[in-house]
Amino acid sequence: MTNPSFDFTNSFRDAALVKKVIEEIRRTVTRPWVLMEICGGQTHSIVRHGLDQLLPPEIELVHGPGCPVCVTPLEQIDRALAIASRPEVIFTSYGDMLRVPGSGRDLFSVKASGGDVRVVYSPLDALKIARENPQKQVVFFAIGFETTAPPNCMAVRQAQALGLDNFSVLVSHVRVPPAIRAILGSPANRVQGFLLAGHVCSVMGYWEYPPLAQQYRVPMVVTGFEPLDLVNGILETVKRLEAGIVEVANGYSRLVTFEGNSSAQKMISDTFMECDRAWRGIGVIPQSGWCLRPEYDLFNAEKRFDVAAIAPRESPLCVAGQIMQGLKKPHDCPAFGRECAPEHPLGATMVSSEGACAAYYKYGR
Amino acid sequence: MDIPDVTGAVCPVPLTHDEQIVMGHGSGGKMAADLIAKIFLPVFDNPALRAGDDGAVVELPAGRIAVSTDSHVVYPLFFPGGDIGRLAVCGTVNDVAMMGAQPAFLTAGFILEEGLALATLQRVAASMQAAAAEAGVQIISGDTKVVQRGKADGLYINTTGLGAVPPGRKLGGAQAQPGDAVLLSGSMGDHGIAVLAARGELGFETDVQSDCAPLNGLIADLLAACPAVHVLRDPTRGGVATTLNEIATQSATCITLFEKNLPVRPAVAAVCEMLGFDPLYVANEGKVLVILPRENADLALQVLRRSKYGADAALIGEVGQSPQGRVLMKTALGTTRVVDMLAGEMLPRIC
Repeated sequence: MTNPSFDFTNSFRDAALVKKVIEEIRRTVTRPWVLMEICGGQTHSIVRHGLDQLLPPEIELVHGPGCPVCVTPLEQIDRALAIASRPEVIFTSYGDMLRVPGSGRDLFSVKASGGDVRVVYSPLDALKIARENPQKQVVFFAIGFETTAPPNCMAVRQAQALGLDNFSVLVSHVRVPPAIRAILGSPANRVQGFLLAGHVCSVMGYWEYPPLAQQYRVPMVVTGFEPLDLVNGILETVKRLEAGIVEVANGYSRLVTFEGNSSAQKMISDTFMECDRAWRGIGVIPQSGWCLRPEYDLFNAEKRFDVAAIAPRESPLCVAGQIMQGLKKPHDCPAFGRECAPEHPLGATMVSSEGACAAYYKYGR
Repeated sequence: MDIPDVTGAVCPVPLTHDEQIVMGHGSGGKMAADLIAKIFLPVFDNPALRAGDDGAVVELPAGRIAVSTDSHVVYPLFFPGGDIGRLAVCGTVNDVAMMGAQPAFLTAGFILEEGLALATLQRVAASMQAAAAEAGVQIISGDTKVVQRGKADGLYINTTGLGAVPPGRKLGGAQAQPGDAVLLSGSMGDHGIAVLAARGELGFETDVQSDCAPLNGLIADLLAACPAVHVLRDPTRGGVATTLNEIATQSATCITLFEKNLPVRPAVAAVCEMLGFDPLYVANEGKVLVILPRENADLALQVLRRSKYGADAALIGEVGQSPQGRVLMKTALGTTRVVDMLAGEMLPRIC
């Protein structure tokens, strides 16, 4: 960075810089546009900093399905609950999965009833627990988008290298490009431009997106998470919409390259394979998930524990699926803030801090 | 016939168990008395405790008494900037002080886990006495129970505090009024992050110290200079955001925070960013929120900043009328959002 007064912790939140970009958006926009930020972390940042209040009225932001906690399907949660309840199991998970409701209970209630449920920050911590507890079966709930896939693969491969027979992962991975394809291919689609998820692209690059942009004639901009990143991503998308340019641009070049992290991508493709995946509230999107390759069956918790038959149904009140497709806003839901609140969520979008409903509730929209 | 050699045979003397807590220490018998005599009495020494009766009899000025009780179950027992003993004294001293009272006496109830090292208990007791001496309070009565190994995390401490409330003083969450200023005596989240780091589970190291401290001196100075204070509250669990929500509800007012003015140490801000926490919801143990008429705010800040526990005091917000019961944030970007209470346990985010 050539400007010595620019620092990486504060300058991306600098009010004067953000307002300059907002002014440029105002000067650029001539008609209404609907943009979707794909990632839940971006939704959270937009609402936390009130960026939507600064935008001209022509620009509508709709919130995408990019919260991994929100989209993890009910059947995988119920399978997790069944596995975590077993006396021989230590069940490990990222923290915000603990509060996600399955059919009538969550991992917190399993823990309170005597299940050994532990919060970890990395699947490698789960691996360490497995090495320290050889008499126990240690299971890691491997959820997330492309961002969390490399460490999850790494844990499986290290377990294999160490010959651990008491470690397995319950995989519920999802991928961004098939979700974008499903949104754009829907007859009800309103989205005209995308802010792509910066952290996903730091792993995967953005080579997967130009064919999508061209097929559906929609510009896309790789976007970061700080206020300045977000308003800049919006500006670059609006510029292209106004000029009729369809392309994928990189607005997060301090972390993202076109190719991405090739060794991480190789590890993913060596460990995982594409599979159909149900997204909570949306339904099955073809080839939208990653599952373990058969050569890693030993580490597949779904195979190790007999849970495949668990196939439950959602609360009829919850409209999380339509919210995550950008068809509804959280306050369009009749249960929002009433039957459904962070203390007693009906759907996952109210649970995770990245969920659109939780963000609206927390920041009072 | 062989006769066993009995010279030198002795009746085995029971072990004294002076290295770790055993169930007998909670028996109420000789071992319990020994524990009190060896560990607690020499450290907490004062006439009421020395009398050795079922309860303490003490003198307090006539009038209203503020009473507060708090149980302390912190893990680990020792963390940078404090320990469970200092916390148990400061937590209750501060709660009594928040009522505008001058804390004078504490009682202490100990729940000890079988197997706890006596050296640990000694260290905790010494730390309690150091904090009590700093706060100018006496620990006048106590109780000890022992539970089986595995039934507690080393030791738990309950403390109850007493202090006289000067005539005419009326503090409380319901007293906040539109037009009041909101002050915070220093940086947010130091205690919560220091304890989290000390657990060592999250794989990061930081030099953040807990802010655990007795605030009664600072509060006495503040109330002497600014008797018009409406609310004092220490933002412990749930942090500043949760405490202010309680006050907004109690007083049916709207509190607006100024994001730019919120004091947060860079290390705390960095850890929170990494883990997905918000410093507004992280616990403090040596901070006070002061709500008082705006015209007194500058003087109050000067008084707070003179104390070593208030050096970073800041004006962080103001009290308004509506929406009632809400806390709002004026962000650094000039936008406004709601600051809600913490819903449940603070959970780390996935990415």
